[in-house]
Amino acid sequence: MAAATEQIQTNSKLRFFESRTLRRFVRHRLAITGLVMIVGIGILCVVGPWLLPHDMLDINIRDRFSPPLTDTFIMGTDEMGRDLAARLFMAGRVSLMVGIAAMILSTLIGTVIGLVAGYFGKVTGTVLMRLTDSFLCFPQIFLLLTLAAFLEPNAFMITLIIAVTSWMEVARIVSAEIRSLRERDFITAARISGASHRWIMFRELLPNTIGPIIVAATLTIAKAILLEAYVSFLGYGIQPPMPSWGNMLNNAQQFLDTAPWLAIIPGIAITAAVTSFNFIGDGLRDALDARSDAQ
Amino acid sequence: MSEKALIETRDLKQHFPLRKGLFGGKSQVVKAVDGISIEIPRRSVLGLVGESGSGKSTFGQAVMGLTKPTAGSMTFDGIDMATASSAELRGLKRRMQMVFQDPFSSLNPRMSVAETLGVPLRFHEPQLNGAQRKDRAAEMLERVGLPGQYVDRFPHEFSGGQRQRIGIARALMVHPDFIMADEVVSALDVSVQAQVLNLFGRLQRDLELTMLFITHDLAVVGHVSDFVAVMYLGRVVEIAPTRELFSSPKHPYTEALLSAAPTPQTKNRRQRIVLKGDIPSPLNPPSGCPFRTRCPYALEECAHSTPELREFASGHKAACIRDDLSLASATQQQKEPA
Amino acid sequence: MTKVLTVEDLTISFGTGDSELTVVHKVNFTLEAGKTLALVGESGSGKSVTSLGIMRLLSPSQSRVQGKIVLHSDEDIDLLSLSESRMRRLRGDRIAMIFQEPLTSLNPVYTIGDQIIEAIRSHRRMSKRNARQRAIELIDQVGIPDAEHRLGTYPHELSGGMRQRIMIAIALALEPDILIADEPTTALDVTVQAQILELLNRLQEETGMAMLFITHDFGVVADIADRTIVMYAGEMVEEGSTETVLERPLMPYTSGLMRAVPKLETAGLKEGDLESIEGFVPHPDNRPTGCSFHPRCTHALAGTCDVPPVPIEDAGDGHLVRCKRWKTLQEAAE
Repeated sequence: MAAATEQIQTNSKLRFFESRTLRRFVRHRLAITGLVMIVGIGILCVVGPWLLPHDMLDINIRDRFSPPLTDTFIMGTDEMGRDLAARLFMAGRVSLMVGIAAMILSTLIGTVIGLVAGYFGKVTGTVLMRLTDSFLCFPQIFLLLTLAAFLEPNAFMITLIIAVTSWMEVARIVSAEIRSLRERDFITAARISGASHRWIMFRELLPNTIGPIIVAATLTIAKAILLEAYVSFLGYGIQPPMPSWGNMLNNAQQFLDTAPWLAIIPGIAITAAVTSFNFIGDGLRDALDARSDAQ
Repeated sequence: MSEKALIETRDLKQHFPLRKGLFGGKSQVVKAVDGISIEIPRRSVLGLVGESGSGKSTFGQAVMGLTKPTAGSMTFDGIDMATASSAELRGLKRRMQMVFQDPFSSLNPRMSVAETLGVPLRFHEPQLNGAQRKDRAAEMLERVGLPGQYVDRFPHEFSGGQRQRIGIARALMVHPDFIMADEVVSALDVSVQAQVLNLFGRLQRDLELTMLFITHDLAVVGHVSDFVAVMYLGRVVEIAPTRELFSSPKHPYTEALLSAAPTPQTKNRRQRIVLKGDIPSPLNPPSGCPFRTRCPYALEECAHSTPELREFASGHKAACIRDDLSLASATQQQKEPA
Repeated sequence: MTKVLTVEDLTISFGTGDSELTVVHKVNFTLEAGKTLALVGESGSGKSVTSLGIMRLLSPSQSRVQGKIVLHSDEDIDLLSLSESRMRRLRGDRIAMIFQEPLTSLNPVYTIGDQIIEAIRSHRRMSKRNARQRAIELIDQVGIPDAEHRLGTYPHELSGGMRQRIMIAIALALEPDILIADEPTTALDVTVQAQILELLNRLQEETGMAMLFITHDFGVVADIADRTIVMYAGEMVEEGSTETVLERPLMPYTSGLMRAVPKLETAGLKEGDLESIEGFVPHPDNRPTGCSFHPRCTHALAGTCDVPPVPIEDAGDGHLVRCKRWKTLQEAAE
């Protein structure tokens, strides 16, 4: 049906491009489930601590190791009798913030490197892409732990370290996308119009790669949350008393047989957040890919 | 042709090295454009016709300065592009604009018409503000036959023919003297093609444009051009004023092209010359005359040396060693079959 | 005259419910053995969709095909009521198809020989050896020299013209009654196009197959077709022998299209503007009432042309035209 109809393609397929993307996303069940879950988790983390009767730092020695649903401790308490729910929500703020901030930073680094590498090709592009590849050669978790061991482990540092070790995927996606867009006639047209490199890169090329960048960014949040949990679990990440889902797990290890909920509940939180972001990412990818509903 | 030509190329060559194998090895060279010398007089249209692999688009890109020629020179209004200062070059580039083949990929899908048409102004007339650029865009849109209020629309809201008009408008935004049109109607439907060709003709006359019109379609080239050059395997094999070329072709390839062009007539059909085989690969062109492998009139000598263009009549040159051929013209009719 | 295929009131629509768009509207024609019928039209005319509908290659979940498509072989078979598995057996066997872009129709990882042999053996019980022999014959028949050696080549090693010849060889492998050719020369250079048209004409003479040739180019029609149907916005607007349609068109759209093409004969005369048809083909969801061409037609008469129905009328000798004013226009022309 290549020649089927020019008008059909222009008028109906593309006119509704934006809303069609949205419709495809809305029809994606898993993505919507993910979105609902993330919004739920987000709201709980922001509002939760105010609604609960206990502050996360309140120590209630008498109520140590209360299992979930004891009195007002809906998720139970830890070894110092601190309310687990309050701690979980506060930790969620930290973990989500680290995830989102790391995503923004790594997407920014990845996009700029990918854009420059893809646009200039030749020497600059080759050097930048080889650099990207060499970063990918290191197992990320070791890179992360090494850096974390040398630097002061606070939320800001952890965010920075995660971003610095996870921009490569975005860079590769962007550079591949740019390399194919670069050959399109509208870029040649811009060159003939006398446009500067900066104009072509940021005004002509970048807006056309937004779709894949958003997908990669969403998946990066999931990865960043997981990485923060790893590092904090191993004790090199966010340090107590500031809670994070990772260091809550670390702390829970020693009480695994007496108070398993201390490990299970943060574990569920991490899993839920990570899978939700992954579902959203998959949904976005399908929604942005117009081929997915072609016949 | 007393005035100096606006565009002049001298023995222009564009070779592309092809690396063979993973570790270099012997590299081959594709001679996409292999020594082209043409002149385009001011205010006239040179049609460049050829099949795929003839190098016609590569030549067009070299003329536009999009690629750096391997050898030879390209002069615009007396200034050699290779030695021009960057300030001179900037001025020249404003005067040379281009219209593309594919109306879909030649417009940025994320930019409104006003933005797309504003790009050349931003860089060549930076004193204009946004509102002025938009006014100019709307004005130009009307000039190419679209309502001025369409400036706020996006490319996907237009049909192929309308997009092609927008492409033409973009090329005209900075008042160029020269337009290179590369297969600008081949992606369009017949009825729309006529609209766009008429627009080109009108704009060329009104704005006194000089044009290089590249196409594979002989009938189209015959309609728009003052002169026609026929390319085959990176070389011009014949160049002549349009009427002359169509009525008395001197190169066998031109004859074959004319005869193969389909015409919607059932009676008095022209004699059809069906060539053997395909265009040879530019990686491995035949020795001597590049056309000899498919030429029905080839002689043994044709393999010996590459024929140069030589004058058959005033302004009519062809690269064929044979003088004795009487080739069929576009209008020659078939003899009644016995 | 042996009829091999009759298409009756073929109507094809896409989508469902409110968003259903009728892309092909009540198309009728017959294919005869040894003859070529051309479907001519611009993009959006529904010509390609018609051919895909006949082959039942449109996804049943997204499209609806109504009417009758009767294949006259030993018995009459209505293709639209066949099971998918029986249709699959007919496809490639009784009805074969070639497309515009041969590269996408050939599998890049198999050799030409493998693909022809596979095409034969999927429908016929034949030993590998015999199938191979047949493949060599076929390659030879479509005018490719050195057939035996060619069996081992891959699609990407061939030029566009050669690939189209291979597609034709595969299509002819089972000696089909009908060959549907959807713009098979559009992507080719003119000199190669001339070769392929000549080949198709020769093969038709040799095999006596019926051909349905889809194209946008009246020049190609003149070369290949015995009868011609002009389509516009999903409807047949004119039908007749190729000579009649090209030399004495009655529908203003047909004559307009032919005048819109630049002529070799007038090359270099700088005669000024071509006669163009203003506007563009209507979108199926926005089809004008009455004659679908009337908004672009210079002869349209308010109160006549915009009033449905606009039936297709016989102007004599099987020359059909869908225009309410054809008689008036014909008289005015004379």
